[in-house]
Amino acid sequence: MRILYPFLAVLALVLISFVGAKMPGGQSLFGVVIPYLAFFAFIIFFIKKIIYWAKSPVPFRIPTTSGQEKSLPWIKQNKTDCPSSTGGVIGRMFLEVFLFRSLFKNTKTDVEDGPKLVYGSSKYLWLFGLLFHYSFLVIFLRHWRLFTNPVPSFVTKLELADGLLQVGVPVLYQSDIILLLALTFLFLRRVIRPQLRYISLASDYFPLFLIMGIGITGILMRYFIRVDIVSVKELAMGLATFKPVIKGDIGVLFFIHLFLVSCLMVYFPFSKLMHMGGVFLSPTRNLANNNRMVRHINPWNDTSIKPHSYAGYEDEFREFMVNAGLPVEKELPPAAEEPPAAEEDKPAE
Amino acid sequence: MYDKGKIIPGIIVFVCLLIFPILYNSGSAGVLPNPEKPKDQKECVKDKQYMRTTHMQLINDWRDEVLREGNREKVVVQGKKYDKSLMNGCMTCHTNKKKFCDECHVYASVYPYCWDCHFVPKETI
Repeated sequence: MRILYPFLAVLALVLISFVGAKMPGGQSLFGVVIPYLAFFAFIIFFIKKIIYWAKSPVPFRIPTTSGQEKSLPWIKQNKTDCPSSTGGVIGRMFLEVFLFRSLFKNTKTDVEDGPKLVYGSSKYLWLFGLLFHYSFLVIFLRHWRLFTNPVPSFVTKLELADGLLQVGVPVLYQSDIILLLALTFLFLRRVIRPQLRYISLASDYFPLFLIMGIGITGILMRYFIRVDIVSVKELAMGLATFKPVIKGDIGVLFFIHLFLVSCLMVYFPFSKLMHMGGVFLSPTRNLANNNRMVRHINPWNDTSIKPHSYAGYEDEFREFMVNAGLPVEKELPPAAEEPPAAEEDKPAE
Repeated sequence: MYDKGKIIPGIIVFVCLLIFPILYNSGSAGVLPNPEKPKDQKECVKDKQYMRTTHMQLINDWRDEVLREGNREKVVVQGKKYDKSLMNGCMTCHTNKKKFCDECHVYASVYPYCWDCHFVPKETI
């Protein structure tokens, strides 16, 4: 069910746009209104979520390290895995954001004959995760060819590099193939490994199916059930200049593709996909391990509450403590009951 | 809100990346492609919509048939014979690469490798 329902949901989205784009006025709804709403919803809710997260107080540094902390001068510090300076943190964040270092350190646990518990390194998730994300980035940037006129040269160069193998006409983009392969791996990984299947939810499968749907419709449009790219670009340019027009016979596949992308944009800020913004706010990655060098003051401390030392406490309650028979560090000042001891304590006041 | 100094610039950079095409075009959709149609011909080997979407695959198939299978049989459409050739077929009517091919290709940032082998017709050299 956790696999079937998200799959049916994506299928339903495809059907909605397939039927909708054929209705009168459906093209402007699915080609203009929904994409605009989705795009601005994406930006607004994305920012809201980041601001919401940023309102949580920055915690005490959490030293989850896999390297030597800064210590005595003759102990070598691991400066990127356990940074104590801003520069080190930038290095660690760079490795995390661009190369997914946390996933690189993934391990697998197995029970072998014996029985013996063994741990090993597992790089598949890292590899396919990296392939997926970079293909997606390349595909995202490549789409700017439809949203800019004249097309900036870096987009043209990116396209050239992506289609370098010159397979078929129009040339096959490697990123298309890699994206689908990586998505297939990420899906099979959740289905095949029992532990992962057990913890996987509908919200894990839905984005996979949705992005697969986007990839497949995109590939179909380019290589198989082809659409008129000039009309598509005219619409895209219209969207990017706020003067959208739908001219010519674009083909329903394009509207399915666009609707799935719109759904992704709306779904994004409310889902696990927000790790895009969240990775920058990971406290275990973006805080230097300088617990012993920098004093952490809880941001939620009430500044009107002053420190209260034991000496002050005893000053306040000395009389009651003495009355209750509790030991005190300083005796009561000589009151009327004990006049003889008066001279001793006076200077201490 | 904590770490305003880092989070707000971060958000601004992110939004600028997202709306890059809007900023880059700054409201102008640029020049629309206007391929020059042959004056004395009304028909092509396939209908207009097919040619608009799929001409590249047709030409590619022709190349494979002619160069790899040696099949130079002419294409007959409504009694009219067409050479399966870019230069001797397509470009007998669509004579000008710049005014026909490049109009849409440049607009959609498509740079086909036809011209890796074929000479560009003289008027544009």
